Amino acid sequence: MSKRHVLSIAGVNKTFGGLKALTDINLNIEEGKTHAIIGPNGAGKSTLLNTCIGRLKPDNGTITFEGTDLTGGNMTPHGINQLGVSRVFQTPEIFPDLTLLQNVMIPAFAKRDGAFSFNIFKGLREEKQLRDEAMHLLEDFEMQNLAHVHAGSLSRGNKRRLELAMCLIQHPKLLLLDEPTAGMARHDTNRTIDLLKKIKERGMTKVIIEHDMHVVFSLADRISVLAQGAIIAEGTPDEIKGHPKVREAYLGTAEI
Amino acid sequence: MQSIVESSRTRDTFTLLIFIAVVLTAPIWGEFIGAGYPDLLQKFAIFGLFAIGYNILFGLTGYLSFGHAAFLGVGSYATVWSFKLLSMNAIPAVIFAVALSAIFAVVIGYLSLRRSGIYFSILTLAFAQMSYNMAYSVLTPITNGETGLQLKSSDPRVLDAALGVEPKAVPLADLFGITLNGYAGFYFCAAILILGFWLSMKIFRSPFGMKLVAIKSNQTRMEFTGFSPRPYLLTAFVISGVYAGLAGSLMAIVDPLAGAERMQWTASGEVVLMTILGGVGTLFGPILGAATIKYFENIFSAINNQVLESAYSFMPEWLSDIAILLTRPFVGEGWHLMLGVLFMAIIIFLPGGIIEGVRRIGGIFKKSKQIEEDA
Amino acid sequence: MDAILLQVLNGLDKGGAYALIALGLTLVFGTLGVVNFAHGALFMMGAFVAVSVQNLLTISMKVRDTSITFFEAYKETPYLEVWFGDVGTTIIDYSVPISILIAIPIMLLIGLAMERGLIRHFYKRDHADQILVTFGLAIVLQEIIKANFGANPIPQSAPDIVAGSAAVGALIGAEGIVYPWWRLIYLAFSLVVIGGVFAFLQFTTFGMVVRAGMYDRTMVGLLGINIERRFTIVFGLAAVVAGLAGVMYTPILPPDYHMGMDFLVLSFVVVVVGGMGSLGGAVAAGFLLGILQSFFSMNEVKEILPGIDQIIIYLVAVAILLIRPRGLMGKD
Repeated sequence: MSKRHVLSIAGVNKTFGGLKALTDINLNIEEGKTHAIIGPNGAGKSTLLNTCIGRLKPDNGTITFEGTDLTGGNMTPHGINQLGVSRVFQTPEIFPDLTLLQNVMIPAFAKRDGAFSFNIFKGLREEKQLRDEAMHLLEDFEMQNLAHVHAGSLSRGNKRRLELAMCLIQHPKLLLLDEPTAGMARHDTNRTIDLLKKIKERGMTKVIIEHDMHVVFSLADRISVLAQGAIIAEGTPDEIKGHPKVREAYLGTAEI
Repeated sequence: MQSIVESSRTRDTFTLLIFIAVVLTAPIWGEFIGAGYPDLLQKFAIFGLFAIGYNILFGLTGYLSFGHAAFLGVGSYATVWSFKLLSMNAIPAVIFAVALSAIFAVVIGYLSLRRSGIYFSILTLAFAQMSYNMAYSVLTPITNGETGLQLKSSDPRVLDAALGVEPKAVPLADLFGITLNGYAGFYFCAAILILGFWLSMKIFRSPFGMKLVAIKSNQTRMEFTGFSPRPYLLTAFVISGVYAGLAGSLMAIVDPLAGAERMQWTASGEVVLMTILGGVGTLFGPILGAATIKYFENIFSAINNQVLESAYSFMPEWLSDIAILLTRPFVGEGWHLMLGVLFMAIIIFLPGGIIEGVRRIGGIFKKSKQIEEDA
Repeated sequence: MDAILLQVLNGLDKGGAYALIALGLTLVFGTLGVVNFAHGALFMMGAFVAVSVQNLLTISMKVRDTSITFFEAYKETPYLEVWFGDVGTTIIDYSVPISILIAIPIMLLIGLAMERGLIRHFYKRDHADQILVTFGLAIVLQEIIKANFGANPIPQSAPDIVAGSAAVGALIGAEGIVYPWWRLIYLAFSLVVIGGVFAFLQFTTFGMVVRAGMYDRTMVGLLGINIERRFTIVFGLAAVVAGLAGVMYTPILPPDYHMGMDFLVLSFVVVVVGGMGSLGGAVAAGFLLGILQSFFSMNEVKEILPGIDQIIIYLVAVAILLIRPRGLMGKD
């Protein structure tokens, strides 16, 4: 049973102007596990995610992914992705002007060819292997009938699924999900949970930021609770359910 | 807006062959619309090339550059200098022009692409104006400033001298003995245009091209998917810059002189208009737009009062006077006014250009056909 | 020392023009979020209001020239002089200041028409489309002016009373330094207008809403404030500022049809150097770049680096965009 840590966040602080967004965050994500980060609004969840993905630089502390320091000066979003970190955004970020098939092919190209390659000599239609791989993934997601539809016309739920497909085709070592069910209706949420459970079986490490407790308790192996920029509790779902500090953070009082 | 079309090998080859056929027979079909003479045909080819290249940057990535006129100038100056120093043969001139405009494009592109969106556009604007001013007043030994660079029969032309080629009284560009003016000049331009079209088709159908569209579609997602957008944008920029340099070179080949006005940022505006009028981001849009603009420029610039009067001669005098009053500002010297109005109209009403217009009309026919079939 | 003072003054009035145009540009970009490539054309149109006023005031008739006696000679004399004699001549002399009064309502109307007719339909469209359509508009306006007024510059003169030079040097103990009165007036004028705009933004409710809108447009909209009408007025204001800058500049630089485009490029550069979205930055950068350009056109400098004055502003802009992208005073 590997207790290998895929992502290690140590002593991270981040201040914006006068606001202390993150205070001394220490977090270790185990390989293969699904780790949820929850907390009330403004707790600093998105800030934490953005420091992991290279959008923000922490004031101090380190974020290590499989031994590589993600907070180094030359770490770019694409550099971090090439290391094996994929991310899903709060609002699904896909390529609206391309078809679904093309949307899934793009990440595949990145994985295969790296951050830059001047491939104009082989036409798109000649990239059979990559095409087939993309098509198979769309079939897994039951969206193959939409393969040649422009992604911009998809419903939000489908955009979310497309985004997940785009992440998965890269076989990432770490998948970061920023409120994946935000703004979704109940049945869409359930579908997403099922999808994420399926991915769980493949042994991928996942970090989910979520509000929806139903989602969190269905998927998480471990939960960390963030409030006002600091981690106030960490443990298994059962431990967190009854935790007084968690209740206080969400409901305001320790008394019930 | 469909930019990346899935197409088969046969269809592409077919398209290319049709394109080649249309271009090579232009002097013939051009006659029927009053466009069969060499000067105009050369312009079609040269500006078509310019627009095709510009479309690779603006059409695919959405980055709006006002600086491409500078590359046009660089290509022209390089060509004339090749004529002066090396030979009247067009080949070394073209090579020199391509090399120099590529270097220029790398430098300007590298600096301008450090920012995006409107900052990028303003940077290219600044560079274009800088180049224009430098050509006009600073680098006058190289560019001959206001007067423009011209050929003299006394120019060194070392290659020609070494190969024993006799200097002519009136130096004209040639291709191993064939003088490149008139129809010969057109065919030289046409050959390069065909090459340019083929390359752009390759790019449009390639993963590289798709990635450029992806950058335009969602640059953030590109970055988080593992791509570094900068090298892609720079490559597109340089490619389009070289197309522009090539166009400038052809300009100087068929008419051996080079002037600074070519480099003004407002001259870049013309190629933007051509690209948009034809259909930005499409394969055929740019050349359609370029040909249309040059064709109508030819017609409208030549219209003067007498032409108008005879055109309206079938009307009673009071009516024809009004008609002349309304149309006079838009013809002759007023062609630029017409161009400006056209520009605005396209952006406001038909941003997809001619190609989109054709599609919409086609859509109407399909719909009515559908109704007929359903009935 | 004398030469330096002279160059600083030289740069300040050109800088004043840059600052005024850049101010309008930033106002429109910061509030409406629109990049307006037709802003230079507004400057030009202001200048041509002055030209038109002058043309109107000097409509002439043939009057017998009594000074030539040996044959019947006629000279063109303006109606105003014929009817009102010396008073008429004075009115004509003051055509530029009169133009200011006339330009205000005209430029306001033009600005309002532009905003309601065109600009407001482009709020939602991306910057490239805004740039292109306003670029097209600038060309149209430019060509209309060219068609009506010809391609040559049309010199305008300042009122006689200020036609001379002021002994500026005397103020700092350097005798012999003189500077044209009108250019000093222009400088003062631009400072007054800039001050007026800032005061308006700072001390009126309307101004406060505009400033809030510059800071966070969505929020202001959500607060139920009719932002549309305010946008129209802001645009009108920017048009008036640009137009006035143009009117007053005519004695300094004879207006011609492409002055709009010429000043536009430089104004955008100024805005970028100052920091897009920063009104103070636009003004500061305008004056700074004006002075810089002036210094680099000194003969001593031109001898070492010929033509440097043409490109120095662009070099500075490129440097700023690369080293400090948010400009001198920009945000984020």
